[in-house]
Amino acid sequence: MAFIEVAGQQIEVDEDGFLLNPDTWTEDVAKYFSKEEGIDELTEDHWKVIKYLRDYFFQFGIAPMVRKLCKDTGFSLKGIYELFPTGPAKGACKLAGLPKPTGCV
Amino acid sequence: MTEAKKTPLLDDLEKGPWPSFVTEMKKAAANNLSAQDLLGQLELSYEDKKAHWKHGGLVGVMGYGGGVIGRYSDVPEQFPNVEHFHTVRINQPSGWYYNTKALRQVCDVWEKYGSGLTNLHGSTGDLVLLGTKTEHIQTIFDEVSSFEEHPMDLGGSGSNLRTPSCCAGPARCEFALFDTTDLCHELTNEFQDYLHRPMWPYKSKIKISGCPNDCVASIARSDFSFQGTWRDDIKIDQEAVRAYAEGGFDIQGLVIDKCPTKCMSFDGSELKIDNANCTRCMHCINKMCKALRPGDDRGATILIGGKAPILQGAMMGWVIVPFMKIEPPYEEVKEFLEKCWEWWDENGKTRERIGELILRLGMRNFLRAIEREPIPQMVVAPRANPFFFWWPEETVQD
Repeated sequence: MAFIEVAGQQIEVDEDGFLLNPDTWTEDVAKYFSKEEGIDELTEDHWKVIKYLRDYFFQFGIAPMVRKLCKDTGFSLKGIYELFPTGPAKGACKLAGLPKPTGCV
Repeated sequence: MTEAKKTPLLDDLEKGPWPSFVTEMKKAAANNLSAQDLLGQLELSYEDKKAHWKHGGLVGVMGYGGGVIGRYSDVPEQFPNVEHFHTVRINQPSGWYYNTKALRQVCDVWEKYGSGLTNLHGSTGDLVLLGTKTEHIQTIFDEVSSFEEHPMDLGGSGSNLRTPSCCAGPARCEFALFDTTDLCHELTNEFQDYLHRPMWPYKSKIKISGCPNDCVASIARSDFSFQGTWRDDIKIDQEAVRAYAEGGFDIQGLVIDKCPTKCMSFDGSELKIDNANCTRCMHCINKMCKALRPGDDRGATILIGGKAPILQGAMMGWVIVPFMKIEPPYEEVKEFLEKCWEWWDENGKTRERIGELILRLGMRNFLRAIEREPIPQMVVAPRANPFFFWWPEETVQD
């Protein structure tokens, strides 16, 4: 498995760059990923989505459905894509340190 | 070039009369390292009798949430050129009509950045480019989408609207009861956002057939199946019917007796059809296409719910709209789809297809949400049990 180095820490990721362990996430990890997901700077809105995703994940053990994400954060899907150009799964979930979405993608 | 690996098991599949995929792969492997390694990995899979791809994979292009299926080899040390082997879905033209220019330019891009291997076409309909690296995906997309002539877009993948597809339609079929190619194109354009940015509980597919022969298998392989139909009389050319009879065609045995509703008769000179009892199965028209034609009052039947077995068992679509006029700009169709999707998106659980949601919450909830009345054509038979729910307003309190 591959490792990324963030703020002096070695963190294990899979081949798509997702964290293998959500507990190894730090704000620096999100900043590190933001570059490769087409985000110039992480704004308050970005953090709001990231924080929501992490809270939801640690409470329910899964990522929220897209509709739920939009409703709870108040962003439209279009708004989410404006924040995270690669989308809620590849973009936002990755920055939030959640496990890689699976299934028939 | 690395030394070509030996592939005795695969070589066996070059024998026999059917066009061999191994021969095709070898042709591609002559100029392409990843096609070469793919042959090697496939040979290994034949030996081991198991797949050598890792679970999942998530890659894509900026702005889209789907369209590319990430794939990684689990034996990259042995086959480094298929370590990344992502699939790119390209939205096909309606009815799969191409000119050589369109195909040549996509081949040029694919030779440059991919394995040179393709699938024409994926079962949903997309033109499938098989095998490229993560760093090339954006470039491939940028190039195919900016062709001066015939630019192409990605198809769908993930929990979204998948690439709609349609039968050959009126372009070359006299049975087509509406312009399947135009509707397919129009819906693809109208719902680009749903197609590129997954937002739903699960996938949703549209397939469009011009008549009940259903040449794209829409009833079995799409959540929303459109099948052309008509509601007036079958047109009969009695002269042509007699010509069939005179030519030795057994009209009684092959047509009249096979009619599922037994609504036809033939006295040797005149063919009669009791159209009120015809279910438009197409059999007589298929058999005597020079003599019989669908009627002139045309539209489509819309069926909902077709899906593969996971989770609740395989389903074929069932009738929701017995007849809808299908004419540009297709406002009624679009409105209908939007209502269905809205209800599903609001109520569906993660990975629940619309057919399963209707099963779970019941037709009465679904029909109320999309504002349609229940009608006999929606069922094969009435319920056989008495466990009937009433809406609160239908009950009388003492």
